[in-house]
Amino acid sequence: MNEMNNQAKAKSPRFVLKDCALIAIATHKRADTLKELRDHIENLSADSLYYHFWANLLLPHFEEREYINDFAGWVRHSLADTKLAEQLAVLDPTTVNDLEELRYRLLECIDDRLDESEYLRWSHATQRFEFIRSQIVVFDTQTAVSHPREMAELIPRMSASSIFYHFIDSRRRTQDKIDDFRHWLAFFGDAYQPLINQLTGIDPYFSTLVELRQQVATDFQKFFAEDVR
Amino acid sequence: MTTLLDSYAAVTSRDVVRHLQQLAEPLRGKTVVHVNSTRVGGGVAEILDKLVPLSRELGIDSRWEVITGDSEFYQCTKSMHNAIQGNRITISDALLNHFLEVNEQNANQLRSILEAADFVFIHDPQPVALLKYCSSRKGKWIWRCHIDASHPYRGVWRFIDRFVRGYDASIFSLPQFVQMLPHPAYIIPPSIDPLSDKNIDLTQDELDSVRARFGINPDAPMIAQISRFDRFKDPIGVVEAYQLAKKFIPALQLVLAGGGASDDPEGEAVLSEVRYAAGDDPNIKILLLPPDAHRTINALQRLADIVLQKSTKEGFGLTVTEALWKGKPVIGGDTGGIRLQVINFHTGFLVNTPEGAALRIRYLFKQTQKIQEMGLKGKEFVRENFLLTRQLREHLTLMVALQHSATDRIELSG
Repeated sequence: MNEMNNQAKAKSPRFVLKDCALIAIATHKRADTLKELRDHIENLSADSLYYHFWANLLLPHFEEREYINDFAGWVRHSLADTKLAEQLAVLDPTTVNDLEELRYRLLECIDDRLDESEYLRWSHATQRFEFIRSQIVVFDTQTAVSHPREMAELIPRMSASSIFYHFIDSRRRTQDKIDDFRHWLAFFGDAYQPLINQLTGIDPYFSTLVELRQQVATDFQKFFAEDVR
Repeated sequence: MTTLLDSYAAVTSRDVVRHLQQLAEPLRGKTVVHVNSTRVGGGVAEILDKLVPLSRELGIDSRWEVITGDSEFYQCTKSMHNAIQGNRITISDALLNHFLEVNEQNANQLRSILEAADFVFIHDPQPVALLKYCSSRKGKWIWRCHIDASHPYRGVWRFIDRFVRGYDASIFSLPQFVQMLPHPAYIIPPSIDPLSDKNIDLTQDELDSVRARFGINPDAPMIAQISRFDRFKDPIGVVEAYQLAKKFIPALQLVLAGGGASDDPEGEAVLSEVRYAAGDDPNIKILLLPPDAHRTINALQRLADIVLQKSTKEGFGLTVTEALWKGKPVIGGDTGGIRLQVINFHTGFLVNTPEGAALRIRYLFKQTQKIQEMGLKGKEFVRENFLLTRQLREHLTLMVALQHSATDRIELSG
């Protein structure tokens, strides 16, 4: 549980704004075939799994992602297997209990497909898959807010990486696997339930972090504008 | 007074600079030394020229030292450079011993600075053995490899490897370039400096003057490849692509511009082949530019409608980054770091043949609004990912990570 959550449980639930930076590290694990990919995933570290599902959002990448995790993208573009790519693409880390379950689901999809297709057992990828892991450095921005109304003003000034930390990374940190904003708002009882519902509707997978910031900011601002009326 | 950080904030955003300042806070007062082998010329010097003063503005005691050596030393390091990239080159024991002597002499000069530093970044193989002669070092040493070391010539790599192994970490530009080492191999792609002569905005007068100097027709479409005359850059393939596309776009102009080839026999041979392939077509301009022609290169990239980098083998491909930064779609070879930058139908097209390049040239000149759309996307893509500020951020992250632990999550308090 992060510090913000701990603080939020205290009498004054202040939202402590944090920021982060991420750096990629080579694992020296590489795959040229689906079978090699599968075998590496079986023994892959949790931070590497995390990287290929989430953390790559913070590193150089093109804004418009066709597939939401690196495995699905590679299977589609380097092995040309659309069926498996689609199956892998729906795997959502927020719907499983932990990264081990995510690993299990990944392996299940790949094993089923390997059983189905003899061709995929030996088909060589056009580009090698490079397994990466990452280190994330989290730091305090010396900013905190006590009331959700203040948050509406703060969000447009948050960095993209701060949005990553509070809206995406939080899903790995918090027990209920949601973003820090909803988690915090829940401490205020039902007063902010409509806003929580709005935030629940934001799909974080296909937006850039800057677009995500805009969506979250708009939901907060709309809520308080309606509140005033 | 405007600081360097203010200047970068104007190009990137105030958020980016604020983020750097916060990330640098735990490194305030730390001493960082970068060591390479040249103060001017080459991509490493260009980056350090700005990275070091920017770090100083963030409160880090950062400095840049350059080793010195004689022609024998550089003959040895040039061979090492080529061997790391896979060329089967044997280096004599005498040259390798001289390499060690020069490193030892430089270590004698720099020892007190290097041993006292909190972080030492050693760039490329030339100064790699300094570590051997700084046995009382107290800080973290990082080897920054700017080239593809994935398939080195083992005979030479064995010699370099025994020094690299002693480092606390290494940095490579792409995961594909990494060599297996017993310490963390960080991935930090290179970047361009938006405020350098090669990338800064130019006035229309300066563009017009370059256009007039080279006899480029302002009313005809123009494609360009700005790259060394090197076989791996496939300039002949570019001429072939141009010739195929010209059947459909008769007014098409091609500019092939690259550095001088006087000291490079292979380069001269390629240049002759390019001239032969171009024949007497007046719409093909083959330009040999001096190494400091940064503003001319900048102008030529800006004058082109489409930039090509039709490499068959490539490192990161910073010429692609430069072209995207100037709002140009890039038709690039499907290799190396070009794949990371050229996204089909978004920032340009990846191609494998002259025919493929010609097809995309025709497409873009038919769908001219795409040239503008892709150009805008490419520029923003570079702004977000490949400017110097991103590289600095990753250097800071690496230093904080090395300072704390090898765990995947480092929570800084307060």
